[in-house]
Amino acid sequence: MKLHEYQSKLIFAKYGIPIPRGRVAASGQEVKQIAQELGRQVVVKSQVLVGGRGKAGGIRLAKSPQEAEEVATQILAMEIKGLPVRKVLVDEAAQIHQEIYLGITNDRSVRRPVMMASSAGGVDIEEVARQSPEKIIKEHIDPILGLRDYQARDIAAGIDLHRDYWRSFIQIANGLWRAYVESDASLAEINPLVITSDNRLVALDGKIVLDDNALYRHPDLADMRDLDAEAQSEIEARKYGLSFIKLDGNIGCMVNGAGLAMTTMDIIKLFGGEPANFLDIGGGASSEKVAAALRIILSDPQVKAILFNIFGGITRCDEVARGILVALEEVKPDVPMVVRLVGTNAEEGRRLLAEAKMITAETLVDAARKAVSAASMVREGN
Amino acid sequence: MSILVNKQTRLLVQGITGNEGYFHTQQMVAYGTNVVAGVTPGKGGEWVLDGKIPVFDSIKIAVEATGANTTIIFVPARFATDAMFEAADGGLELIVCITEGIPIQDMMKVRQYLDQKGVRLVGPNCPGLLTPGEAKVGIIPGDIAIPGNIGVVSRSGTLTYEVLYALKLLGKGVTTCVGIGGDPINGTNFIDALSMFEADAYTEKVVMIGEIGGTDEERAAQYISQHMTKPVVSFIAGQTAPPGKRMGHAGAIVEGGSGLAEDKIRALKSAGVRVASHPEEIPGLLS
Repeated sequence: MKLHEYQSKLIFAKYGIPIPRGRVAASGQEVKQIAQELGRQVVVKSQVLVGGRGKAGGIRLAKSPQEAEEVATQILAMEIKGLPVRKVLVDEAAQIHQEIYLGITNDRSVRRPVMMASSAGGVDIEEVARQSPEKIIKEHIDPILGLRDYQARDIAAGIDLHRDYWRSFIQIANGLWRAYVESDASLAEINPLVITSDNRLVALDGKIVLDDNALYRHPDLADMRDLDAEAQSEIEARKYGLSFIKLDGNIGCMVNGAGLAMTTMDIIKLFGGEPANFLDIGGGASSEKVAAALRIILSDPQVKAILFNIFGGITRCDEVARGILVALEEVKPDVPMVVRLVGTNAEEGRRLLAEAKMITAETLVDAARKAVSAASMVREGN
Repeated sequence: MSILVNKQTRLLVQGITGNEGYFHTQQMVAYGTNVVAGVTPGKGGEWVLDGKIPVFDSIKIAVEATGANTTIIFVPARFATDAMFEAADGGLELIVCITEGIPIQDMMKVRQYLDQKGVRLVGPNCPGLLTPGEAKVGIIPGDIAIPGNIGVVSRSGTLTYEVLYALKLLGKGVTTCVGIGGDPINGTNFIDALSMFEADAYTEKVVMIGEIGGTDEERAAQYISQHMTKPVVSFIAGQTAPPGKRMGHAGAIVEGGSGLAEDKIRALKSAGVRVASHPEEIPGLLS
């Protein structure tokens, strides 16, 4: 789960990382008020969960409270990459002397967190990583010991930071480490961390991505979720613990297991069809969950056929069959359905579905072929 | 013959009195696995499965009483981290963790601790292990695989079942199937399993099932080209998956590789691995 810039910076501030004075607002009038309080040039920044806000015109400088109000009103009417701007962050403008990148993420290849820094921070950091990776200093952190001061010092020296800044840099690095650990983040980055013309280090922009698996121990952070960034069907799916991603095709898929769900999509495409979604009902799904999943698939008017591919293990095929029956009772879909049940309690499942007039399939190839032809027949019939 | 689990396995089940734990203990016992004990804190002294399996309050007591050497974990995600630490401290040699949804920072600590202790972990978020005809330590349906000479290692769960089933339908059997799990931080990885299969006299061929994300398949490809004498057949799931929402700048900087299926397939092919376009094509590529 991604946090907005203003949410990330509030967390940074909690851990002693200096951020610009400023506040978040939802109207031009509020923005004017904030700009008046700040009493100097401000930056008005759209708060949407996509990159490239600046290039899209979503970040603008304002010299007076009046200008701030005008600029904010324009930004609040924008859509950036399909997302409506509902909030703007109003920060005092900084006089920037240098831009630094500082971030922590999980390096799965060595199974440790890694802290990374570069003296060439700012919007082009990815370009720096590609063109001159030697300009990015990396320090792997022992997950049990945590970040040690000497490591933060090595990073400061590695990016040629003047010694005068080391103390505050180490403080910021430690703050970022604690923010990363205590929020269960998978990414915590400050970009840019600037040296101002009056010689202070300030986190001008930042981003935190949280580990969804750990949200249960952070109810306060879980509440920060921005539902705009997700399709309605994806929100509904999460409520039932389903993993769902909407796609553009016309064959709805219900599968247990992420690998098999992806494989089912792959094989539909291999036989000339287009999947309408990725849907993993997870292990041990109950009939309520299956019913919810079917409702979500059918809420997409593009869906012309449905393929159920269930290989029972921890999931029991009879339980899935019961869920399908419950949902069919409710929604009475008029699209053809292909079902393939194999594994734990498959026979019982097939017996339950025998009366539901579904197309049955034995193998994966067989199932994919039947679903593709069912979807194309519907298209021709229309 | 086999790797990791066989008739000598003395299995302990953590979370034996929970729904999933109980159901799959029944299945494992029915398969012939030697389940010697269960652990559920607060339920020590009870017996389950018609009084056949004793339940203990802690790993330490269970190991002392039964000589268990392997454990399987079915406890919910918020207790699974502690369960793995307890298993490692309790002297077990092999931990199989089925639980899904464990926070990644927890897993980094667990893995580091287990490595220091020299304890092997399989999983988490995995279907476990199956040595057909000998032992089932996990949730892989027992009747979808038969004994044979093919080693199977997979990051996926149900997709693995697909492959085992496709092999069985053509009369092809398996030495051991290792489900290493799909989490970004896990215990046993492809290379560990490949090297065990390479060393196992009874394994003649290996099937490796990968999926998009990370660079484990690319690393495995490098290992195969340098160290494997046995033929490897592979399948990579997610060839048509839309590129995922990327995790800020740091993800791109640190991961190096793209995580895309096409890059993995290219790396495997250049290491001499035959790559199937769908799971049911795998048996054909093995002959």
